[in-house]
Order: sequence, then C-alpha cells, then structure tokens
Amino acid sequence: MTTGIERRLREGGLGKGDVANLERRLFLRHGLSFGALTLLSGCDVVTNTGPVDRFLRMISGFNDGVQAALFRANKLAPTFPASMVAPEFRFNAQYGLDSVPVLNPATWRLTASGLVANKQAWTLEQLQALPQRADITRHVCVEGWSMIGQWGGVPLRTFLERVGADLSARYVGFYCDDPISYTTSIDMASALHPQTILCLTYAGKPIEPKFGAPMRVKIPTKLGFKQPKFVTEIRVTNDYPAGYWENYGYNWFAGL
Amino acid sequence: MKDKDIVLHPRIVRITHWTWAIGVLLLLGSGLRIYNSEPLFDFYIPTWMTIGGSNEAANKLHNDFGLAGALLWHFAAMWLLIGSLLVFTVWGFVTGHFRKKYLPISAREVLSNATDFLHGRLAHDIGVRNAVQKLLYAFAIVAMLLMLLSGLVLWKPVQFHELGLLMGQYEGARYVHFFGMIGIVLFLAVHIALTLLVPKVLLPMITGRAPPRAASDMPGERP
Repeated sequence: MTTGIERRLREGGLGKGDVANLERRLFLRHGLSFGALTLLSGCDVVTNTGPVDRFLRMISGFNDGVQAALFRANKLAPTFPASMVAPEFRFNAQYGLDSVPVLNPATWRLTASGLVANKQAWTLEQLQALPQRADITRHVCVEGWSMIGQWGGVPLRTFLERVGADLSARYVGFYCDDPISYTTSIDMASALHPQTILCLTYAGKPIEPKFGAPMRVKIPTKLGFKQPKFVTEIRVTNDYPAGYWENYGYNWFAGL
Repeated sequence: MKDKDIVLHPRIVRITHWTWAIGVLLLLGSGLRIYNSEPLFDFYIPTWMTIGGSNEAANKLHNDFGLAGALLWHFAAMWLLIGSLLVFTVWGFVTGHFRKKYLPISAREVLSNATDFLHGRLAHDIGVRNAVQKLLYAFAIVAMLLMLLSGLVLWKPVQFHELGLLMGQYEGARYVHFFGMIGIVLFLAVHIALTLLVPKVLLPMITGRAPPRAASDMPGERP
C-alpha cells in the first residue's frame, strides 16, 4: 500500500521528503503491535483468502441485507441543541494532519458520472446556490467514538435530481482527491435520505481542509468511514463499487 | 445400559447451550478487540485475549489494528447468540420449562440455600433448581438482555433511537454494553467454578444422559 501512496503522492506533486515522512509514520504505527500474539491468528481476515475469511465476509454480506431491511427512509437521525456542538471536531484519517490536501475551492470541480443525464462539472458556487439544509447530529466512528456536530450543505437527493440521476439505480459511489485516493459507496435508499448532504459547512462556517474542504459527504445514518472527504466524483451505478475500507473487510452497509 | 440412563437435558437444551457458549466466547474475544480500538477506560486488553485474526497482517496491509476482523467475528457470532437464545426462549415458554424450573424465587430460600452452600451441604436434587441457581440464571438473563438491547443501540443508534433513550443513547450504551459484558463474565466464572466443583454435571450437558444413581443428586431436566 505504501508504494501506492508514494506513487500517488509523487503524482500529486509531493517531494521525496513528504513520502519518507509518511513512510516513517506508517512504520512507527506498524511497529506498535509487532510480536503481538493473537487468538485465531490463522484466520487472516484481511487478505480474504482462507475459507474462514470468505465465510465471515459472506455473513457480512448477509448483514448488509438485514441492515437495508432495518433502514427506514423517513427515520431521521436524532438532532441536538446547538449548545452540544463540538467546537473542535476530532480529526481522523488514514494519513496525518501534515498530509491533508489543500484543494483550491476556485478550481475544484464535482462531476457526476455513471447513470446520470448531465455529466457537466459543478463548481463550488453552483453547489452553494442550491437549496441547503443543516442538522446537528451525532457522528459515529467505526472505532467506537462519537461526537456531535453541525453540518450543512446540499441534500444529495437534490443534487441527484438536478443531474438527472437514475434514482432506481442500486449504488452511489464517491471518489476523493486525497493522498490515498479514498473511495466508498452507499445504497440508493441512504443516498436519498433527507439528512444525507453534500456538506459545505460546519457550525455555519465553510468546512476546514482537514475535514475535507471544499466538500465532504455527510450521512448521519451511516458510520464515519461512509462519509468521504475531498469528494470530486459521484457515480450512480448498478455495479457494486465497494470502497477503500470495505475492501479490507469493514461492513459495506455500515448503517446506524 | 443406555436405555436405563436418565435424560437430564433434552437435545434442544444441549445444542442451544453449546451454541450460546461458542457465540459468547467469540463475542467476548472480538468485543475486547473492538474495545481496544477506542477504550472506554484507562486500560487496554492484552491482544492475546482478543479475537479478530492476525493484527500484524492487518497492520502491514492497511495501517489498521485488526479492527475489521474483530467486527466481522462480532457481527457473525451475534447470530449464534440470537439464534440459540431465540430457540431456547421459545422452547422454554412453550414447554413450561421456565415456569417449572425457575419460579418462584423467594428471598428466604435464597438465604437458606446460600447458608447451606457456605457450610458445604447444598443438595443437588434431580430436576430441581435450588434458589442460588435460580438467582444466578436470573442474573445471567438480565445481563444477556442488557447486552442485546445495548448491542442493538450501538449497532443501530438511529433506527433504535427510542430504545437508546433508556440508556443515554449511543455513548451510554457503550457503558451498558461494557458492564453487561462484565456481568456475563462474572456469571461464566461462577457457572464454570460450580461445574468444576461438581464435575459430574458436565458430561450430561454433552450427552444429555446420566446413570440413574449419579443423576439422583444432579440438577437438570427429568424426562
């Protein structure tokens, strides 16, 4: 994976020093658990090879179906008073703060691809001109922590309607302009949920680069890793688009 | 010989008992790994006590601490637990097993049994639960219920929001789930300790049968 990052970092114009720095940091984090013994260590669930891994992933696929059945299109995520909004939100990414990309909002573009009628790129101003909504909701990370924040932006449903997306398609995939070329994808029902937004603001101000500026997707009915930052492409498709963490075995539906 | 043995535990009880046991061990091990990814308290669980595949391999590949594997195990093992509890509960109500074996529990009986136990003279009568046993199982049922409900809230804090209100929503449910786990572990400790003290009760939970003489002072089901 490191070599992949290195290649993308170089393509992204970062120098060797940045790459070495990232490699060192990754090495340090890896080193923390070297030598750790593990029960059932024969079951290497991350490479998706053994029969146990395949079986566990099969159950995870079954759980996707159970979650889709439990999901209610009009059930809103609970909202909270403004006094509960975290002033300083927790930064969490596969890369460190020093590798956060700073995208230029003036040249940034969002493209809709796949099963959409209009593939013309969108500017930030065009998104800002669309109807907005903001909710104070709980962000839940798959790691276990949660924080309350206020996110505002364009309902994804509005955007999908404007680009003439096939709303009967199964999936919406997100593609990101960040050091790891992050991707994730969601079911159409969650994409059309009223609180699912193309997020442009936090607590009324434009979101910061470390939280995915100029646009990240906010889905209060999904775990944090389903809410990508630095999004530049939204694809509507019937072919399962998977995702960065999903490929490592994290559950795909990941609904709350 | 076999025919003269007494059936202590019907097959359905034995199957659900061991399915439950495997499910709980997998949930416990993977749950402790999940705990480690964001500890509620100021301590970590040693990795060797956790389940979730090799976290070294996970680290090398994607800078992760073996959380994905733990979550895969956890949300697969939950079906073993849900399945065994569902079958056992339905069976228990339909056949009257619960009513016959566990009710009523009186405080006087508990105290008198506990005193007997401490003096080393608690009787094991076939087909009869003593009050301490009843209380222990009642405790396990409450802990299990708390685990199921808080687990639902942690898994689906939006869909089960109303349930979450009973336990301080997502963050409160993390504590309920943790202390429910402690409750289950305490139950297991007592349950296993008692089995070791009276080891002849173990085989019938596997074979279902015991010779009439041995069965005469064993807790369990009469045919």
